[in-house]
Amino acid sequence: MKIAIASGKGGTGKTTVSLNLALSLSDVQLFDCDVEEPNCNLFLGFDLEKVEDVVCPVPVIDQEKCNICRQCSDFCRYNALAALPTRVLFFPSLCHGCGGCAVLCPEEAIQESQRFLGVIEKAKGRSSPEFYRGLLNIGETMTSAVIKELKKHIDDHKTAILDAPPGTACPVITSIGDVDYCVLVTESTPFGFHDLKLAIGVVRALKIPFGVIINRWGLGDSRVEEYCKAEGIPVLLKIPNDLRIAELYSRGIPFVQEMPEWKEKFLSMFEAIKLQLAGVEEART
Amino acid sequence: MKQLTVISGKGGTGKTTLTAAFASLAKNAVIADCDVDAADMHLILKPEILEKEDYYSLEIARIDPELCIECGKCREFCRYEAVSENFEVDPYECEGCAVCTIVCPNGAVSMKKKVSGQSFSSETRFGPMAHARLGIGEETSGKLVSTVRTNAKKLAEQYHKDLIIIDGPPGTGCSAISAITGTDLVLVVSEPTVSGIHDLKRVLELTAHFMIPTVICINKYDINEENTQLIENFCAEMEIPVIGRLPYNDIVTKAMLQEQTLIEYAKSSACLNENEFADQVCQIWARVENILMGVQDKQTGIKTLKMKNL
Repeated sequence: MKIAIASGKGGTGKTTVSLNLALSLSDVQLFDCDVEEPNCNLFLGFDLEKVEDVVCPVPVIDQEKCNICRQCSDFCRYNALAALPTRVLFFPSLCHGCGGCAVLCPEEAIQESQRFLGVIEKAKGRSSPEFYRGLLNIGETMTSAVIKELKKHIDDHKTAILDAPPGTACPVITSIGDVDYCVLVTESTPFGFHDLKLAIGVVRALKIPFGVIINRWGLGDSRVEEYCKAEGIPVLLKIPNDLRIAELYSRGIPFVQEMPEWKEKFLSMFEAIKLQLAGVEEART
Repeated sequence: MKQLTVISGKGGTGKTTLTAAFASLAKNAVIADCDVDAADMHLILKPEILEKEDYYSLEIARIDPELCIECGKCREFCRYEAVSENFEVDPYECEGCAVCTIVCPNGAVSMKKKVSGQSFSSETRFGPMAHARLGIGEETSGKLVSTVRTNAKKLAEQYHKDLIIIDGPPGTGCSAISAITGTDLVLVVSEPTVSGIHDLKRVLELTAHFMIPTVICINKYDINEENTQLIENFCAEMEIPVIGRLPYNDIVTKAMLQEQTLIEYAKSSACLNENEFADQVCQIWARVENILMGVQDKQTGIKTLKMKNL
């Protein structure tokens, strides 16, 4: 089963929930899909090893063969190729690696080489949870490509927890697109509530069953709870606005390690998710 | 015209809160909410929309089932696995490259435009504002960020404003890059947590990569003073000025619940602590303004900003 932890906005506690849930379960994989800012291992402290480089195919133009017919530059939707009177220029950072230019070139002047976008790393040896993360190179825009590569390491026989990036755009869709369940983490403030509604829009559009965790519960007001009640959305867990939790977080300690009573709560949340999914399945058949 | 972008390595550090406060302090500025994924500034600034424009991201492919002969060429050449076994295009996977249109032997594939959001030019109680709404699950937010920035520039010219304050997105990917390129100054809001420090370093690599002058503000510095010291030491080493540190304060949430900037909220508050907090934000703003205008700042001694390669 694949469970993604997402939220419309950053800083609501996605990583906290992902880590504490993963540490409460056994035989589980954890994937840090926030490849722009991967934070999980700061709390886990695993020794990581590189599993693979993430690459993107890019064109190499043989200037001898190129007769500047402009077909490639006219075709490129990403403006990665520009035909000058004397040569065709290539801007690697704009290229999405679709390969169209090589297909089109009538002179067969375009070969492909590889550009490095980032790396996939995993925890060395047998770790619990089994941990993978992607890391996007600085200055690189192809976030989703790294996430896609990362997700190829999901073992379908295990429970996989995916720590999604913030927002509602492509990297989030790539992260949560094919999961069985989505946990949306929010806080009950005007910003949190607004962003939660956006996130709900995403999971509804993707038809993913979901539930909500209210983090820093006690802060703000009760609008999130009232909304969830009215919409029939399960509130899976409330994590109080507790100085101790915040302090452990600031030091990089997942709070279930110091407050073991929370392990039970995450376990029962996991059971509730399974029940909810069983109900969804039943409703379908 | 100067441009300031406020970013944070990590989400939830108080970027929007601080930017909204700046909006109420700046005398002649345009506000641009470039966190288009999770735009929140409008919740505080309540913009009155003057102009609205549909935003089109890249076109996506559509296969005409009448013309499709199921030869499989499109599936073979699509590098994004966007064509399903029954020859339908998954709109979330399609990157709009149009390779399928050139390999289809029967002309069954065409590219279709799709409205992916809206961009707005608006008026607020603090001046003009450019912002946007990205459709749910849409891609290419970097392009929408550029649209918002273009609109902000137009507003600045139209209303004779000499500064654009940009609320940027979190992360280091395409939208963050679009929000900082070509700006005069980046203010990074950081928080003293292990993840905050990690993300701060990544975002500083980004501003160094694009060679944009950068200053730091540490928010909630008192939640872990040891980590605050680590950030300050690191910044000193990299010659990146820390222009302010703010303590954790409930005023941020209280102001948000009142749909006010914290400067507005503090004006009606009798709480000494809250007024002090607002004063500190005013000081940070004064420093930012000085740096933007190239005036030597007394406390930090900054005139021209230096960058060291990380």
